[in-house]
Amino acid sequence: MRKLKNIFFVLIFSVIVLNSSNSAEKSPPFLETKWTFKGLFGKFDRASLQRGYQVYTEVCASCHSMKYLTYRNLAEKGGPEFSEAEAKAIAASFEVTDGPDSTGEMFVRPAKLSDKFVMPYANEQEAKAANGGAYPPDMSVLVKARKGGADYIYSLLLGYSEPPEGVELDDGVYYNKYMYGNKIKMPAPLSDDLIEYTDGTKATAEQMSKDVTNFLMWSAEPHLEQRHKTGFRVIAYLIILTVLVYFTMKKIWSRVESKV
Amino acid sequence: MSDHEYTPSSKFGKWFNDRLPLLTLANHLTDYPTPKNLNYWWTFGGILTFCLITQIVTGLVLAMHYIAHADMAFSSVEHIMRDVNYGWLLRYVHANGASMFFLAVYIHIFRSLFYGSYKSPREIIWILGIIIYLLMMAAAFMGYVLPWGQMSFWGATVITNLFSAIPLVGESITTWLWGGYSVDNPTLTRFFTLHYLIPFLILGLVVLHIWALHVPGNNNPVGIDIKKPSKDTVPFHPYIVIKDAFALLMFCIVFALFVFYQPNILGHADNYIEADPLVTPAHIVPEWYLLPFYAILRSVPDKLMGVVAMLSAILILAALPWLDTSKVRSAVFRPLFRQFYWILVADVLILGYVGAMPAEGLYLLIARVATAYYFAHFLIILPVLGWKEKTTPLPLSITEPVLGGSPNLAAARSDEKIEKTIK
Repeated sequence: MRKLKNIFFVLIFSVIVLNSSNSAEKSPPFLETKWTFKGLFGKFDRASLQRGYQVYTEVCASCHSMKYLTYRNLAEKGGPEFSEAEAKAIAASFEVTDGPDSTGEMFVRPAKLSDKFVMPYANEQEAKAANGGAYPPDMSVLVKARKGGADYIYSLLLGYSEPPEGVELDDGVYYNKYMYGNKIKMPAPLSDDLIEYTDGTKATAEQMSKDVTNFLMWSAEPHLEQRHKTGFRVIAYLIILTVLVYFTMKKIWSRVESKV
Repeated sequence: MSDHEYTPSSKFGKWFNDRLPLLTLANHLTDYPTPKNLNYWWTFGGILTFCLITQIVTGLVLAMHYIAHADMAFSSVEHIMRDVNYGWLLRYVHANGASMFFLAVYIHIFRSLFYGSYKSPREIIWILGIIIYLLMMAAAFMGYVLPWGQMSFWGATVITNLFSAIPLVGESITTWLWGGYSVDNPTLTRFFTLHYLIPFLILGLVVLHIWALHVPGNNNPVGIDIKKPSKDTVPFHPYIVIKDAFALLMFCIVFALFVFYQPNILGHADNYIEADPLVTPAHIVPEWYLLPFYAILRSVPDKLMGVVAMLSAILILAALPWLDTSKVRSAVFRPLFRQFYWILVADVLILGYVGAMPAEGLYLLIARVATAYYFAHFLIILPVLGWKEKTTPLPLSITEPVLGGSPNLAAARSDEKIEKTIK
């Protein structure tokens, strides 16, 4: 039996070694930051979501679409929670093509709460043509579509640097230590004081990265707060019920001499 | 099978029962004599039934909102996640439910392997179980294709391409499966149809599985035949019902932790990228529950032989009742088998691990050794063990002391083991 255990441990050990040698080739550990949405009662930082939307709309939105989001989402519970009037005003600042009208013509009108976020490009081909052949991915579920999630996005936004010795970069390609393969076609999007926050927060690159990542986390998981809240209740209920059933079981099984 | 004839007490009940003996069935199910020494590993049968029902119910509602079309599937899933009332809950329960289903089925299978539940007279229950397991894999694989993300698309491409390894007709079969010359909309719609159908086939097989179980009755940790009903058994209701309920609740707590706090940890990030036939993901990996078989597939250099090896790895289980030549069921009384059992568990876990890793270098070597060992376990070790192994004495009944009641050391030791197992 002891021999077996030894074999077992050797196997597990080799697996761990393999794993660590493998991860050595991977990207460096992500930058650390505190996310309010993590944990049992995790919630979004409302002000950060609103600032995050501002970063998205003033910076990211010129290339990245968010096609699964609707303007009404901005006013919904658990999100940035803009007031309905604010959300309406945001929507109205965009133009959408609607129609055909009664004469059969398409027409342009200001967007309404029920409209999807207006996309920067008409189609993928146009997006690629405008971005040196690289398609700026839709950001609606981006956080869930990348290994590492919010930490990865946050790190990536701050991970730009000059390429190390010996790394040749083509025109329009940038070095980012968190990107898969370290080469990225998006130039560093955020720099200190790139935008002016309406709430007066100082717009450092870190602050903007954090805010926009928060916003993207919400857009990927718009019901996260409800999920955490419901989850806590469900699990609390299950635990209480389990305890009650346990004692019921003990009572019932006490009629036979068998243990349970 | 209780011996006494059941007669309903009410007049209407008697009238109805003479025409359709549902009440007799209900009576049989409540009175069903169950060994009283069953441990918690035996609760996974009930848990699996719960998993199947959960998948069917959530799946039914999801199907009301899902659109099986290559251009709309991905966005319809996002629609479910965002705009359908509690759509996020339904989808996360369904997606994690598949993982929980497999977790439970693996425990169920390994319990059977440990206690020799597949042996005579329970071979048919076991084989029905293997068929259910195969159908589960088919359903899970097709279900994973439906969101039409990158892993859906490329997973479907890799797996359906396996059929092209069949000599002569392989290419035609693959084209026939796809409904075209690549994985595309026709593939998605047929997968959706089959994904909807298979759970009901499973449900039917589960009924047969339970029916076949109720003929000889449950095996038990001691693995000996017991008289039913006797002082070794308890009626299914309320004893087993309450115990199963307790275990199920514990299981649900784990389930809920995944659903509410880590709903995507068992999935792959790439599946939140819409399917793109022009972009191949860096690593194409199946869901965790298929990884051991994926490792076996890739460990064979030849494509056709790889497919054969993968299928054999599952089908070999169906022959298990005849490969295991030992007359003793429970591993409790088989000291050597017990050791090989745990090596097999480790072997399958290792296969699962290397299945998630790139098939190269040391990983490939480990996969090959583990694959060879997997087959050796069933084809060499088990048959030989049955003849060579010296088993410890079996008790007369699950409550009586060991055979002969002699206070010898071996007997005492095995008695201790029984005590432990019963706990």
